[in-house]
Amino acid sequence: MNLNALWAYANPKKFIQATDRVLPWISILAIVSLVVGLVWGFFFTPEDYRQGSTVKIIYIHVPSALMAINAWLMMLVTSLVWIVRRHHVSALAARAAAPVGAVMTVIALATGAIWGQPMWGTWWAWDPRLTSFLILFLFYLGYMALWAAIEDDDTAADLTSILCLVGSVFALLSRYAVNFWNQGLHQGASLSLDKEENVADVFYYPLLVCIAGFVLLFIALVFLRTQTEIRARRTRALLARERMG
Amino acid sequence: MMPDLGKYAEAVLSSYGVSIALLVVLVWASLRRARRVKKQLEDIESKAKRDG
Repeated sequence: MNLNALWAYANPKKFIQATDRVLPWISILAIVSLVVGLVWGFFFTPEDYRQGSTVKIIYIHVPSALMAINAWLMMLVTSLVWIVRRHHVSALAARAAAPVGAVMTVIALATGAIWGQPMWGTWWAWDPRLTSFLILFLFYLGYMALWAAIEDDDTAADLTSILCLVGSVFALLSRYAVNFWNQGLHQGASLSLDKEENVADVFYYPLLVCIAGFVLLFIALVFLRTQTEIRARRTRALLARERMG
Repeated sequence: MMPDLGKYAEAVLSSYGVSIALLVVLVWASLRRARRVKKQLEDIESKAKRDG
């Protein structure tokens, strides 16, 4: 595969044409995966011997937490592309992904708190993973606020890209906090390349389907929202041209 | 059909309820803005074409 061919999609028109073709299919696959995964997990998996029926929260909590971190890492990559190659589509893709990542972070935090209450006896603890997740959420808010506060698109893209680089520390900490500091209430990773560390198969397979659903939903939303950002940028440019006579 | 969630029913159902509601709002807001911006751009472009 010629990776250089990917740069063709830095052209806004070509990006919209290409994503328009795949968007309906990705959306359908996302809906099917989410429905199958959630129905399978909710209705057809047993209770855990220690956690009882609260284990069913895993099908939302783990995929949303994964996407909260990976959305920021996607924003990091597209921000770096903007800094190095100055492709507007990449900066706009990062902007488009931020609200999706922020919602994923809220879902992970909310379901974590609801799950934590009966299991740990508290809604919240200043545990390394929980705290780094909360800081990641604040970075999402700051990132979106910075885009909204700066009128010039290129300046906004420059400054938000720098913020994204700084926030990446917390995205990585959110993922590896449990390994760095062997303390706190949060358990280790539920999924691992080492099969021994994974949750039991009966929970694992529906969880994989849910993760696929969340990933596909994220891709669909980022494509749609990037198209919108491209069109909004063109609208602003045309209006500015019109004002100048 | 509904599984017996026992004493944790409230926690499980509220987790699903909050999450699904947030996802639906996110999708709805994204689609709504996409339609609005697309229409706005089409109007401006057709006006620009008309005015030469």
